[in-house]
Amino acid sequence: MKLVHPLMKYVRPGAISTATCAGCGDGIMAQAVLRAIDELELNIDDFVFVSGIGCAGWIPSPFFNADTLHTTHGRPIAFASGVKLARPDRKVVVISGDGDLAAIGGNHLIHAARRNIGMTVICANNGIYGMTGGQVAPTTPLGLKTTTTPYGNVERAFDLCALVEAAGASYVARWTTYHARGLTRSVKKALTKRGFSFIEVLSQCPVQYGRRTGVGNAVAMMKGYKENSLSVKKAASLNEEELKNKIIVGELVDKDSPELTEEIEKVRRIHE
Amino acid sequence: MGKEILTGVYFMQGDIACAEGALAAGCKFFGGYPITPASEIAERMAERLPEVGGVYIQMEDELASIAAVVGSSWTGAKSMTATSGPGISLMQENIGYAVATETPCVLINVQRGGPSTGIPSIHLQGDIIQARRGSHGEYKIIALAPASAQEMFDFTIDAFNLAEKYRTPVFVLADAFVGHMREEVIIPEPEKIYRVQRKLRDSGTSGGKFRGFLDEDVAPMPIFGYGFKTHVTGSCHNDFGQRNVIDAEALDYYIKRLNNKISKRAHEIISVSQDMDGKEVALISYGSCYRAAREALNILEDEGMRQVGSFRLITVWPFPRVQIQELARKVKSIIVLENNLGQITPYVEAAAGGQAEVIFLPPRVLGTLHDPHAIVDKVKEVIP
Repeated sequence: MKLVHPLMKYVRPGAISTATCAGCGDGIMAQAVLRAIDELELNIDDFVFVSGIGCAGWIPSPFFNADTLHTTHGRPIAFASGVKLARPDRKVVVISGDGDLAAIGGNHLIHAARRNIGMTVICANNGIYGMTGGQVAPTTPLGLKTTTTPYGNVERAFDLCALVEAAGASYVARWTTYHARGLTRSVKKALTKRGFSFIEVLSQCPVQYGRRTGVGNAVAMMKGYKENSLSVKKAASLNEEELKNKIIVGELVDKDSPELTEEIEKVRRIHE
Repeated sequence: MGKEILTGVYFMQGDIACAEGALAAGCKFFGGYPITPASEIAERMAERLPEVGGVYIQMEDELASIAAVVGSSWTGAKSMTATSGPGISLMQENIGYAVATETPCVLINVQRGGPSTGIPSIHLQGDIIQARRGSHGEYKIIALAPASAQEMFDFTIDAFNLAEKYRTPVFVLADAFVGHMREEVIIPEPEKIYRVQRKLRDSGTSGGKFRGFLDEDVAPMPIFGYGFKTHVTGSCHNDFGQRNVIDAEALDYYIKRLNNKISKRAHEIISVSQDMDGKEVALISYGSCYRAAREALNILEDEGMRQVGSFRLITVWPFPRVQIQELARKVKSIIVLENNLGQITPYVEAAAGGQAEVIFLPPRVLGTLHDPHAIVDKVKEVIP
């Protein structure tokens, strides 16, 4: 009997071999998204997946067997905004990396959150530029030696969830690839949320991060995620010193506020 | 619902006429960012699009504006943006993306004085080459140059029709002069407005392999939302949209197909207007310079000098090389009028190939209209 992965039905025929390295976190993320769609019994033809440049941009493109728009570096949220505004009935999901969404594309991220446009943005945060060979990112920890910070990173890392929360998103969650189940639950919630939803996924890059910085292989990195993670609830009882170098996982924001395309529709109705 | 087409006779600003032309063409999406001297287009669209069931969005910058325009076009909407040179500079990467993914859209560049911030409210034809080659890589573009408020209306419709027909971004190269001037604008009856709709993949089909890209005769567009499972990428791809980033052969095919789509039909796209029968000297112009050329010809005619004619580029790109080759065989001299330091002049010289003398004539002060008498004086130097 031939064994077929239960999510294989969502994979574009012919797009089988991935471009990701062994041990990459992208596969766990891809499964979390597809499993969420499957468990919610949604039709993947109702989705448009938009991604940018970088390894994580290849999670939906070309592998998800749906409408996929693989855009320029940093701009997937802006392209996705055009799709959502013109077809508000579509489920629009952006999957891309931290360099794409938070460095070159940071402005689009905060403005999409401010507008509370109904889309889900899933950010693979590996803390490095993986595709280009391990250069420093705005998410790289302070002090880390990368190929462009040979004396150690002198810049502080971005807290992406705090950034998006401050900009006004309706739903914000953080997970790591170790927390595949929690991540899947959050994707399900994000996909059914009105308004802008954002999920940061700390995802291991064993090649450009693990190997170059000496943090170790994929297993060691995921162990690190497990050991350094705290739930939102647990974190609430700890002070700043105790939270240093810890990863707070779980739902950080879940609220209801007016969604952009619905507000635009109200304006249009005035003229009917 | 409001009317898409406001049939009537108006005293109207060029930028407003442009917005009305877009609506008359069926535009349903505008993504933009304010900039002088193009902001009036955005303001008009913000007011009018909700009336006709469309969407206006002011994005956070011009990179996002053109990105949103491309995204909306992939849902089937006729989409546009309007900006000036600094905005076009910011949009360049995504203009290339629109070319590569064969996304119909219209870009209005109401040109202003540059380089850099320059002078926002003074017109210059400074972005002619930028429109042609501003984005990286090898590609072709279509660009129209209006010379009046009426043409801001008419050419914007033409731009949408070309964009839809050839599945490609199309420029309207206006400038602050035609954008901000007010003139009579006639908006015709709806049935007199010719509107082209892009070819679409038949919605009865679903999923599976479909040649939605790289057809030199323009592939039907497999737009989003119909279960086509379309894969769109700005990476090198094949007829099916499948990415290939390892073969030079694939790159060669991808580039040549995209370019041939325009160059094979250049004879259909190129538009010039000329009254050169039996003339010895040609005044070549485009955009606002055409007005000065016309006035110079009126003066020359009054003086009895009928051996001078006008050759006007309505489409600056694709460049009318063959038409200028023919012109150069018939005339003694060609005077090229441009409000810059000579952007199309080298193209005219190349096309003329030494058959006729080519003289470049800018206005005495860049950013102003040519003094028609200065054009007359130059003609008299050529014809003693």
